[in-house]
Amino acid sequence: MHPYTTDMYEGMLAETIMLPGHSGEIINAYYARPLGPGPFPGVVLIHHMPGWDELYREFTRKFAHHGYLAISPNIYFRFGHGSPDDMSAKVRGSGGVPDVSVVGDIEASARFLKSLPLSNGKVGVFGTCSGGRQAFLVACKTKSFDAAVNCWGGNVVQPKEKLTPAQPVAPIDYTKDLSSPLLGLFGEEDKNPTRESVHQLEEELKKYGKNYEFHMYPGAGHGFFYYPSVAYRPEAAVDGWKKMFTFFEKYLGTPGGGS
Amino acid sequence: MCTGIVETAEVSGSGKGPRGWFKLEQVNVSYDHPSDAPLEHALSIDFVNQKQGPSARVAVELSPDSARRLVKAVLGALSKAGLDINEASNCG
Repeated sequence: MHPYTTDMYEGMLAETIMLPGHSGEIINAYYARPLGPGPFPGVVLIHHMPGWDELYREFTRKFAHHGYLAISPNIYFRFGHGSPDDMSAKVRGSGGVPDVSVVGDIEASARFLKSLPLSNGKVGVFGTCSGGRQAFLVACKTKSFDAAVNCWGGNVVQPKEKLTPAQPVAPIDYTKDLSSPLLGLFGEEDKNPTRESVHQLEEELKKYGKNYEFHMYPGAGHGFFYYPSVAYRPEAAVDGWKKMFTFFEKYLGTPGGGS
Repeated sequence: MCTGIVETAEVSGSGKGPRGWFKLEQVNVSYDHPSDAPLEHALSIDFVNQKQGPSARVAVELSPDSARRLVKAVLGALSKAGLDINEASNCG
């Protein structure tokens, strides 16, 4: 965890940048990093279905505050620009963002972080909601990550009738290819993923001997980190953040330029 | 729950958005996370015109019970006007 003392110097740089995403197409991203030479571990944040919004900028800065190079790419970039809720509505009405471009954008973001002279060479991926599903997906479809965090990602288990042209394969079907340790945070009252589908994923992870750690919070549903929403559950959120930072430190190295 | 549930239909008419009235072309009806309503999930209705960009949108986020009442009110008004509530052309 970040060693926080009142006499320490701290600083951060946070800004919008452009970078080559899927297929080399230029997309925008919100990038935050601690000041200092590093080396720092990195984290790619995959925004949730409500869009590339203020909350994800806050999450990105939170990781930088804790000593990580953090980047949140706009995976809705190709749909145009507007307010986050208008863009989310547009993507929703268009059948969702294609898995193929998400995997490309997230992998490119990891490549960007690793290319920085401040990087310690390790990068994790974190996502909530649809971003949780995509974090699991990208950790299966690529070998770019050293740790992955899936927070209440729905539709990892997808029955055939729910597959779409944008999401043609259920991520659970890629479990054998999972290339990094996985942390999963879930709410017991969530309807997607249900406890049954989380259990189903867990069985698949066991079957292939994968390194994973799942936590199921009682009294919490979907989105329990989202403090502006009625879904917020402070005890589960505080514990979830702690578990996540412990997990990332174990697999990505000491944050804050300490290694 | 992130459901991904969405139903779409062509519509014709006008909607009033932040920049005034605009021509409507499509309605998207979903049951998922709301952006503003204090609900974990909402029945969202977006009247849009994609040609005019993402901000050409009239949006509502309703509780399921409110959505049912809306459906009942719409059908009730059509019925009182003597219009067939079971028939819908492709876009009329």
